[in-house]
Amino acid sequence: METSEQQAPTLDAVSAEWISALSGDGNERAAGLARLHDLLVRVATRELRRRETLSGIGGPELDDLAHQAAADAMLAILAKLHTFRGESRFTTWACRFVILEVSGKLGRHYWRQHPAASLDSEDWEQLPARFGIDPGGHAEYAEMIAALRVAINETLTAHQRRLFVAVVLNEVPLDSVVARLGVNRNAVYKAVFDARRKIRAFLVANGYLQERRREP
Amino acid sequence: MTDAWAALDAFLRTDPADVGCDRAIQVLHIYVDLVVEGRDPASRYPGVAAHLAACGPCGEDFRGLLAAVTENP
Repeated sequence: METSEQQAPTLDAVSAEWISALSGDGNERAAGLARLHDLLVRVATRELRRRETLSGIGGPELDDLAHQAAADAMLAILAKLHTFRGESRFTTWACRFVILEVSGKLGRHYWRQHPAASLDSEDWEQLPARFGIDPGGHAEYAEMIAALRVAINETLTAHQRRLFVAVVLNEVPLDSVVARLGVNRNAVYKAVFDARRKIRAFLVANGYLQERRREP
Repeated sequence: MTDAWAALDAFLRTDPADVGCDRAIQVLHIYVDLVVEGRDPASRYPGVAAHLAACGPCGEDFRGLLAAVTENP
């Protein structure tokens, strides 16, 4: 069973110092805010560089996004400062906000780079390739597409089908689907998760796949 | 089962222990600190471990946060 801490843990000395500075006033708070902002900009910049190959964002645009992510994370952190319970170091808790901001901004930025990308086009011939299957190398390719299409038509809700098509068939990044549809990440993940489970159950029931082997 | 069907099967398999994105993000900072401290976060949060292994965006956030706190201790 997964549980949160049952009791509020004692803050470590460094975290307590952060909380004291950010909760204070005058020069102490100003210095704390400046220090936090520096940390967030540094983390956002490194994170955007770490993802640079995939995102294709670099140079001044990367710096601009890093500052935007840090500013938005700063606002979120200060609004939620009272909820910090010391279950982790303060800096880890704070950095989580800016990492999530970076992901959200990259998700939105995708549409500037791929304005013609489609959530809804249904080129089913591409589907096996999405699972790493080379269509030229497999005689059962056509059979697989037909089976998948029946499974999708017969088992998925319209919502599950739309998100499965967007994320799996059209390979739109999940956070970009989130940005376009204005839903949260969990809603998209859960719909695709349920779609995978239902498609597999259909393929097992119809003899295409074997039931999950249970460990002794 | 041929390689093609096996590949499809591997993609479609889901882990019932997977807790989803909301719960994983909720405890991501705790999970990362357990990694940094050399403890075993997967034993305390097996459903989060299952999720981070399956969800690309949350896995990326996990790796990013771990790198951030390792490089900015």
